[in-house]
Amino acid sequence: MNIPQDLKYTASHEWLRLGDDGVATVGITDHAQEQLGDVVFVELPEIGRKLKAGEECAVVESVKAASDIYAPVAGEIVEVNQSVVDAPESVNADAYAAWLYRIRPDSAADVASLLDAAGYQSEANKA
Amino acid sequence: MARQTPLHETHRAAGAKLVDFAGWDMPLHYGSQIEEHHLVRRAAGMFDVSHMLALDVTGPDARRWLQHLLANDVAKLTDAGRALYSCMLNEQGGVIDDLIVYYFDSRRYRIVVNAGTADSDLAWMRKTLEGFDAAIASRRDLAILAVQGPQAVEAVWRAIPGSRNATHALAPFQATEMDDLLIARTGYTGEDGFEIALPADRATATWQALLDAGVKPAGLGARDTLRLEAGMCLYGQDLDASTSPLESGVGWTVNMKTPRDFIGRSALESGSPTRRLAGLVLEERGVLRAHQIVVTPQGNGETTSGSFSPTMNCAIALARVPKEVAVGDRVEVEVRDRRLLARVVKPPFVRNGRVLV
Repeated sequence: MNIPQDLKYTASHEWLRLGDDGVATVGITDHAQEQLGDVVFVELPEIGRKLKAGEECAVVESVKAASDIYAPVAGEIVEVNQSVVDAPESVNADAYAAWLYRIRPDSAADVASLLDAAGYQSEANKA
Repeated sequence: MARQTPLHETHRAAGAKLVDFAGWDMPLHYGSQIEEHHLVRRAAGMFDVSHMLALDVTGPDARRWLQHLLANDVAKLTDAGRALYSCMLNEQGGVIDDLIVYYFDSRRYRIVVNAGTADSDLAWMRKTLEGFDAAIASRRDLAILAVQGPQAVEAVWRAIPGSRNATHALAPFQATEMDDLLIARTGYTGEDGFEIALPADRATATWQALLDAGVKPAGLGARDTLRLEAGMCLYGQDLDASTSPLESGVGWTVNMKTPRDFIGRSALESGSPTRRLAGLVLEERGVLRAHQIVVTPQGNGETTSGSFSPTMNCAIALARVPKEVAVGDRVEVEVRDRRLLARVVKPPFVRNGRVLV
């Protein structure tokens, strides 16, 4: 299972990378894309939308199934990755490069409390 | 514990993603469902469909019993090896299963039924046999391979010695026996190809010979998108025991031209269909799935199967809609919390590699 050490994770299979500018980039994990199979559709949130932690904000659909994507932390959407909407298969090619959206967290402490790589590994093993 | 086909170990070794399908541990895909789909449309792919059950029907009343059991009329079958698609109905006119019946002579037929309904089908058939001098033998000793695609026929000829001579003149929906193989020019993909029933202990070697002939394995995921593009019904989704075949796009297989008394006929004759099965092509981004509401000026309908079409690169569906809904109409489908525009078409969507809608 490909789980980079330098990212944060949720039990619902999102990854998060906090940038130096205090904005976090979010995508789905390699394990999640593998479970979904060929991704054919991605729907992303509106820029400026304010989200609660755990709120549904995007959808990734494969040939097989639809998967809701949740906000890992509370915050505001500041950017979305239009190229992944145009080429949904890029999620399968590299789930950590094909980010979905960028969110400005309300609190840095929320980010710190997310799962680390080891924590996500054990969550993913349960599924 | 899920049941396993004779090729189970072969699938594991090939890295298949295995999932439960109707109580069987079956390959969903071997890496990419979409690539496998394209392979069948453009070259050749093979499916292990050994979870389907073959039944041999023999006896002096075999034909008379099948004429009673099935909504299509086996009397149409007069050439040895000829195959017929039919629904098997309950007394209420709902579909118990859809199946293929192969004719050898009036005392000998082969039926192939769906995996999920195999046990209940067999129980139903045995019940209806009373008063008929015929017997049913379950053939779980067989494996079934479907080799499909524009290059499938040539590949089978290279892989199975003697098969070219045996099958070069086979028309679609025609089968031939070759030693202990039954090779049929049938399938569930909308492409040319063969379905081959063979002794289970020869399945692995034949699969390997097909691999050597250039055929790649394809999983049930691709099989589903291929059949959907081909406009073919899937039992349990587009067909079920509470819905008339006349409202499921398979009315053409219900033969009421003669006074033949088949199970479900009187129920079909006492009602008149108010809905029909139509094809939908989504005109916006999104993915259609089963059980989405279809909003039309004539009333609501429901999708029965939906997916992304790899050939058309958009979402398609089969939907049961009010019968007044016409080809070319625009309808709306409720996808998640939105209504998306779709165009009504006449299935099939794709046949022999070509988009038809």
